[in-house]
Amino acid sequence: MTAPTTKQSVETQADLSAEIAELEKLSIEADAEGQNVRQPLLDYPPYRSSILRHPTKDPRHADPETIELWAPCFGNSDVDPLEADLTIAGSNEPIGERITVSGRVTDGEGRPVRNQLVEIWQANSAGRYIHKREQHPAPLDPNFTGVGRCLTDSEGRYRFQTIKPGPYPWGNHINAWRPAHIHFSLFGRAFTQRLITQMYFPSDPLFALDPIYQSITSQKDRDALVARYDHDLSTPEYSMGYNWDIVLTGPSRTWTEPEEGDL
Amino acid sequence: MSTPDRPTPGQTIGPFFGYALPYEGDADLVPPGSAGSIRLHGRVYDGAGNPIPDALLEIWQTDADGDIPQAEGSLHRDGWTFTGWGRADTDLNGHYTFSTVLPGAAKDGAAPFFALTVFARGLLDKLHTRIYLPGHPANAGDPLLVSLSEDERATLVATADATGLRFDVHLQGDRETTFLTYG
Ligand SMILES: [Fe+2]
Repeated sequence: MTAPTTKQSVETQADLSAEIAELEKLSIEADAEGQNVRQPLLDYPPYRSSILRHPTKDPRHADPETIELWAPCFGNSDVDPLEADLTIAGSNEPIGERITVSGRVTDGEGRPVRNQLVEIWQANSAGRYIHKREQHPAPLDPNFTGVGRCLTDSEGRYRFQTIKPGPYPWGNHINAWRPAHIHFSLFGRAFTQRLITQMYFPSDPLFALDPIYQSITSQKDRDALVARYDHDLSTPEYSMGYNWDIVLTGPSRTWTEPEEGDL
Repeated sequence: MSTPDRPTPGQTIGPFFGYALPYEGDADLVPPGSAGSIRLHGRVYDGAGNPIPDALLEIWQTDADGDIPQAEGSLHRDGWTFTGWGRADTDLNGHYTFSTVLPGAAKDGAAPFFALTVFARGLLDKLHTRIYLPGHPANAGDPLLVSLSEDERATLVATADATGLRFDVHLQGDRETTFLTYG
């Protein structure tokens, strides 16, 4: 199998990196002038697919109404605890580096987001997704689907057992590669807090080159998407541990302490 | 009081969510064709007017009486419990369809609406908006709708059709949908 020939671009990484650097500079200047720079930017041309898919107008302010201050409810009838283990889908072990990914989901005040749905999807260890539009000629792994779900516990904690995804090429420009990542979908305490994002791994050399990661122009905010190697989460003779905490902000209804016996 | 923690930034849903997030019954908040059900459908367009075949929409709504559902069961629907939440991905024509009921007003005199979030490849973060009901008398007093220009307002109100409601999303262009921030 040869490399995919669709979506050929003539733009090089050097072209893209120059655009990325320029937009970061403008963003840092705007921040220094006291402008509130959106993270990530939606209008971010280095991510070519965003050019026709970002709103051009600023969002309008709305006072959240009742329904927006509540979140949909998920429970034990929705999610089987086994769905948090992505390594047991096949009859054999998937190929790759076994990892545990765990962390806490909190709101902006540090309060746990309890009993909420967390969904993840990811490429296999060779950088291949099980998806019909996926063109990357890396091997599929019959023992890995790369899809998982769980509910957060009473402290807002989630935990997945999986394998470390590989980086993969994409058609944004010549020799474009995504840093290894796991896609996360999260619900908060209010619908305003809904989040879909990506978790990355420490010290990836592709960070500086990736327009999706760099669409977050503040280093501090970019860092918030990078998991931390956590030796206490590593399991002896079995798997490596990564910790990644998530903060969901946005207005929600008044916080109430959990009732006695509610935990 | 301490300073609130900064939010974890969003990232695009990317092109490969199609085997992970959609699930059987995701868009059917009520069984299609059941008593009181409507179809809420439309298309999602980019700035060139082309349909977006890899978008994901989620709605969250009150029930027909205006109550906020707090029942689990959205992922394994039993056909009887109204959970108020649903998810629909667009097809190759950029078309999405939900089967649901008309939301009721959460408060007396309030304009009912569907809360909508939009995700797509090429869209770096979620977008929030609302779908209001056409011709609803409370729309005239809705604080958000009255704060908008006529053109902006038109982007947030569905149109009635033979099976229920039609609502198109334009991420960009002359008819760009009015998106919302709650900050
Ligand atoms: Fe990905």
